[in-house]
Amino acid sequence: MKVRYGLLIDYEYCTGCHTCEVACKQEHNFPVGRWGIKVNEIILENFNNRVSIDYLPFPTDLCNLCSHRIQDGMLPSCVKHCQAGCMKFGPVGELAMEMEKKGKMVLYTPK
Amino acid sequence: MADSETRVVRTTVWSPGPGCHGGCGAKLYVKDGRLVKVEGDEDHPFNQGRACPRLLALTQYVYHPERLLYPMKRVGARGEGKWERITWDEALDTIEKKLKDIRDEYGPESVLFCQGTGRDIGGPISFLAYSYGSPNWVQLGLAGQSCYTPRLAAMSVTFGDFAVLDAGQFFVERYESKEWQPPKCIIIWAQNPMSGCPDAFQGHWIVECMKRGSELIVIDPRWTWFASRSKYFLQIRPGTDGALALGMINVIINEGLYDKEFVEQWTYGFDALKERVKEFTPERVSAITWVPADLIIAAARFYASSKPAAIHWGLPVDQCPEGTTVAQAITHLWCLTGNLDVPGGNVIARASHNVTTYPFDSHQLLSLYGEELVKKLSEKRIGAQRYGMVRNFRGWAQPDMAIEQILTGDPYPIKAAWIQTTNILGGQAADLRKHYEALKKLDFIVAADTFMNPTIMALADIVLPVATFAEKESFRSWWAPLSVVVPAVKVGECRSDWEINLELARRFNPEGIPWKTVKELINERLKPSGKTFDELAAQGSWEMPPEGHPSRPYRRYEKGLLRPDGKPGFRTPTGKVEFYSKTLEEWGLDPLPYYEEPPESEVRTPELFKKYPLIMATGRRSPVYFHAEHRMIPWLREIDPDPIIEINTSTAKEMGIEDGEWVWIENDRGRIKRKARVTPIIHPKVVMVPHGWWLPETEGKEPYLYGIWEYNCNLLIPIGTQGKSGFGGGAYKTTLCRIRKMEKGEV
Repeated sequence: MKVRYGLLIDYEYCTGCHTCEVACKQEHNFPVGRWGIKVNEIILENFNNRVSIDYLPFPTDLCNLCSHRIQDGMLPSCVKHCQAGCMKFGPVGELAMEMEKKGKMVLYTPK
Repeated sequence: MADSETRVVRTTVWSPGPGCHGGCGAKLYVKDGRLVKVEGDEDHPFNQGRACPRLLALTQYVYHPERLLYPMKRVGARGEGKWERITWDEALDTIEKKLKDIRDEYGPESVLFCQGTGRDIGGPISFLAYSYGSPNWVQLGLAGQSCYTPRLAAMSVTFGDFAVLDAGQFFVERYESKEWQPPKCIIIWAQNPMSGCPDAFQGHWIVECMKRGSELIVIDPRWTWFASRSKYFLQIRPGTDGALALGMINVIINEGLYDKEFVEQWTYGFDALKERVKEFTPERVSAITWVPADLIIAAARFYASSKPAAIHWGLPVDQCPEGTTVAQAITHLWCLTGNLDVPGGNVIARASHNVTTYPFDSHQLLSLYGEELVKKLSEKRIGAQRYGMVRNFRGWAQPDMAIEQILTGDPYPIKAAWIQTTNILGGQAADLRKHYEALKKLDFIVAADTFMNPTIMALADIVLPVATFAEKESFRSWWAPLSVVVPAVKVGECRSDWEINLELARRFNPEGIPWKTVKELINERLKPSGKTFDELAAQGSWEMPPEGHPSRPYRRYEKGLLRPDGKPGFRTPTGKVEFYSKTLEEWGLDPLPYYEEPPESEVRTPELFKKYPLIMATGRRSPVYFHAEHRMIPWLREIDPDPIIEINTSTAKEMGIEDGEWVWIENDRGRIKRKARVTPIIHPKVVMVPHGWWLPETEGKEPYLYGIWEYNCNLLIPIGTQGKSGFGGGAYKTTLCRIRKMEKGEV
């Protein structure tokens, strides 16, 4: 069976810096309006007078996990450049093992 | 991907381009002489392969259709937007003749040399100013010179050096270094480090510390991402940080939480400080700052009992009233707790390898230009007679006084301005209208930049096109590693700031300039490192200071590495960390930190507050912009498209304002318009208005000037609020305003 690859996001540490978005646009030369990954902001005023601020990048249907880079032994551009170092690329099985070790993670399996 | 026709140039990033203060490593991919892609350099210790959106959008910056590509002269009236292409020879000949005529008739001090924020400009522009003979090197428009200079001055007078949060940035191995350890507690004081590289510090280093166990105290009027992950969040009233610092010192001293051994052995003036902070009880400080007393106490205890602990601070400290003394009080916190120059504390930061590129302080100024010239220049520098700190620290002219002097001609006339890498009217100038009117009076104005902007359109007579970092040779030693900027491409007729300024410096001072090329000049400056430009370029563009070098940590005060005489201790009059500053005393200033209320506030100006009941704090950073730059870069503008105002959810509800509606922001100085972002992250009594907004896609000619009169928040901010030191106190965070929903038909 073909190995499926994915993107693991540790959203405890995603600061919402938008690096992944622009890294992707540069790599794929996407014009304004097209996104291979998009950062979502979730701001909630709820926990004991605290405000929670979280960010979650979402790979769109244009994401091909930078297959041309992977062939050359490089990481997807978003993963490589992520300023917070909160993204991982790899076989889904291995990434799922990472999730065993730590909370606040989400695993994407782009098509 | 590097195919056979693609060349990869490894370089260190220093503006223009991303615009920031950072020193990231980049790999520039060049094909057929054209930059085709940028990647972070994974072998560079500053960023370890990571990159920000502004670096990754570099190709759109370098090849932007609106970029300035050749010199131009104005052919219509100022502001008409009529320009004619000229050669570099004509441009430089004109500048040389005009500025020499002015020097002959009015003296060299009648020309202002204006820069924006630090970056790779301080070196070349001060070099040019001094070669011409003018002492008036200034961040014109930046009220109170309120950006880093007050913090630098406070550190310098307290312990004779500067210090930064230790994120392992002085070691090749970074977080894996055996010498380093993460701070157990980090105070993020007045900054959102996510948005960039403030003060040569990549904000995301703090995220790496958090992964390794650092817990946060965040002090800010705004919930930032870091605040949302903090152990203690102190949502402070803007401008009152000085009171909070004094209150925390009060708790730490009275509860005996300070480092007694360090204080005993290495400091001077502890008893005087103890006496000074007596009146700053947590209850009183709470009333001043809006921060609950129990939270002040808890934060002070947690910081003082965590070893090591570090403070990372931001520019709002400088923009507090009396910014220098606010910075002094915060400096005292890390000195009192023995966190100075220890792993995971506030580590002393010196120019790497002792290479000087940019005079951060008077020591460097003297070593760069010699005592005689510095003394001569200090006599005529604007503000030097009034302010001991302006006279003795760093070499800036005082910006608020400089703009007044253009209007009054007192004590001598100002006739021309050299404006390089600063968009004064679109960017930093408080009291925008005064700057516009004053600068219009000058006889001659040259602007050097990468794009047309409101300042050039309104004022310039000659425009020079400037190279980005991808097109130039330069060098950097702020703080580590020592690095060089290696050119990869050539664009139009653009030249680097160093190239332009070296050529003009030679014309103004032929005897004093022995270097024929920029590379020769750089190699001369690099001598203390034992390396040349080409050697550093060949090894990947950088090098960390070697073991045992004074620019490498730790505990250098014990080893005799800080003082010129080689004895243990600090480079201060007493040889110790001075809580009671002998230097400030000598300059005629209060030797101890104190608190000053903002110039406009519900406490100081209650009548005005009735009319304008909201505090307008400006200047929160966007991760995709640097100050007034980048609004024309498509990949970046798309992410942060509109000039907004952050209004608290409850405040907006009271006023009937909904998210996305346009509002007026008003005070006695004028009004601007912004799009409301209704959010719980900002304090209900504060609105946050991002700065640097002009719209490059709109009409540039007068009277529009790309929308500065409609959108630039600095229209509402006064000048002349500087502290007693001459530095600090620009009211960018504390100006009162009101907001009003825009009615139908209003535009």
